[in-house]
Amino acid sequence: MGYPQKIHPRETPVLSKHFGDAEALTLQGWRARGGYTALEQALGMEPAAITNVVKESGLRGRGGAGFPTGMKWSFMKPGDGKPHYLCCNADESEPGTFKDREIMRWTPHAVVEGCAIAAYAIAAETTYIYIRGEFTEPLREMTRAVKEAYGAGILGPNAMGSGKRIDVHVHKGAGAYICGEETALMNSLEGRRGNPRIKPPFPAVAGLFSQPTTINNVETLAAVPQILTNGAQWYKGLCLGSPKSTGTKLYSVCGNVRYPGNYEVTMGFSFKEFLYDLCGGPPEGRTFKAIIPGGSSVPIMTAEEAESAVMDYEGFVAAGSMLGSGGVICFDDQQNMVKQIARLARFYAHESCAQCTQCREGTAWTTKILERIRDGGGTPEDLDTLLDLAEQMTGKTICVLSDSCATPVVSGIQKFRREFEALIPPSRSRVSTAALANAVA
Amino acid sequence: MSDAARDMGQKVAPSELAAGHDPHGAPYEPVFVGGRRAELDELLTHYPTKMAALLPALWMVQEDRGWVSADAMVEVAGVLGLTPAYVRGVVTFYTMYHQHPVGKYFVQVCTTSPCNVCGAEDVVRALLERTGCGELGVTSPDGRFTVIEVECLGACGFATPVMINEEFIESVTPQRVPDILSRLK
Repeated sequence: MGYPQKIHPRETPVLSKHFGDAEALTLQGWRARGGYTALEQALGMEPAAITNVVKESGLRGRGGAGFPTGMKWSFMKPGDGKPHYLCCNADESEPGTFKDREIMRWTPHAVVEGCAIAAYAIAAETTYIYIRGEFTEPLREMTRAVKEAYGAGILGPNAMGSGKRIDVHVHKGAGAYICGEETALMNSLEGRRGNPRIKPPFPAVAGLFSQPTTINNVETLAAVPQILTNGAQWYKGLCLGSPKSTGTKLYSVCGNVRYPGNYEVTMGFSFKEFLYDLCGGPPEGRTFKAIIPGGSSVPIMTAEEAESAVMDYEGFVAAGSMLGSGGVICFDDQQNMVKQIARLARFYAHESCAQCTQCREGTAWTTKILERIRDGGGTPEDLDTLLDLAEQMTGKTICVLSDSCATPVVSGIQKFRREFEALIPPSRSRVSTAALANAVA
Repeated sequence: MSDAARDMGQKVAPSELAAGHDPHGAPYEPVFVGGRRAELDELLTHYPTKMAALLPALWMVQEDRGWVSADAMVEVAGVLGLTPAYVRGVVTFYTMYHQHPVGKYFVQVCTTSPCNVCGAEDVVRALLERTGCGELGVTSPDGRFTVIEVECLGACGFATPVMINEEFIESVTPQRVPDILSRLK
């Protein structure tokens, strides 16, 4: 739904069905809407059977990486004698993305139930829901929902009378985009600086407190109860295109667009119809110039590229970008792309954990150059320097924040080169002393 | 935040940062006594290590005192079996812990691109003017406000979001600023 507007008739409200419905917030209201029947069903199944249903459904991680969820769960080996952990990644900080906050503040019990089912499936007695510190309302609602669930015996040492322990704790972050990176999240939970870890080892082998851990996004987990209730075939059927992208996705639409908000559509939707029919197109009197389809870390698309794209994992890749987090950022023809890309670079520079030289220095340097170009002090060599920097920042660091900074720079220069060049006066080219001497002689 | 990033923006009162003590010179009163101690003890049962309770403990300090002083870092270190230097290392990583006193109302405005293209910078200007701060990161003369720019607050469809202490306000425009501020005493 384009909340706070109404659900558009072309949406498929699976996760967003109860957005705006205050009665769905309480345990009682959630139960009246079918809540916790999936958990009850799950607790009567073998954990491996639950994982198989999720595998069959084709559910992929909705945080940005799109890793098959069932496969991720299957990496957790049962009976290894080690404590298993589940982390719900609620550190939503990718610019352009604001879907998890809506899921948490309108349907907190969907998240609790999804976590409980996942925890049982991967034999994790303890789950941590890591919520970014700025999310006041989601923190309040999730904390209250967890408390209600404990009060009703849904969580605790004997979850729903099953004899299984399912503990869920809400953990508040303190302001760091990088803590959305799964290994940095684990470090932060352990009480450390939020520095990402090198992989391998992967979390399923040695994660939180060095124990087998699975980290899933809020939206991914919120989909689990309904997949269990309605079946894997149902979820697979919610796709219009590639069979590798099933179910629905909650897209966060923002920037210069007429009706910003979260929209839930089945995989395979036409991006052009989505942007113009559902989201209302650009503001009055303007046209779209650029669209970022999946949060600021995916390549920028021109309006033309966007209008021919199909909205699923494969479709966006084919169109030269990625689905990512599904944060759709719209830029109209009045926007200064150099200014906005400089602002994005500043974001990454601010958020760099500073472990890796390429990222620490590269993000700050990139920002300085872009801001200098923005302010009229650019030189013709700057674009080559930026592209060279971007290459050094890609694929060579502990995590991909570095690559994420390079992406808007590369795609921006590629597709909006003229805007950059227009700001660079040709006379400011740096000339070598030898060339100067030759010129004078 | 890296030093390079710090150079680019956030202002911090140098004398207060260096000292890390109460600027009024009052002796330090511990936070983790009585109810707060009981709360921390309960929290510790949620984690297999004491260190994991560090971020929550620091939040308790900031909720009670408004900022995390060097003395508080020493107390937290003692309670959790960590070194003060380690605690400081963690505090300095996370942007939401204040390492010096701030205005009664700490105002954070998102100016990352999705909000930027929706006029976030105008909202910042309006706030700086109406609060009397004049400059980012500087507390207003009456001590009531500090305004800073922050990165994406995760409410992009409700541009421009503004946080005032723990209150999260959506869809702020320059026109709404006087009204929002007038509600704060």
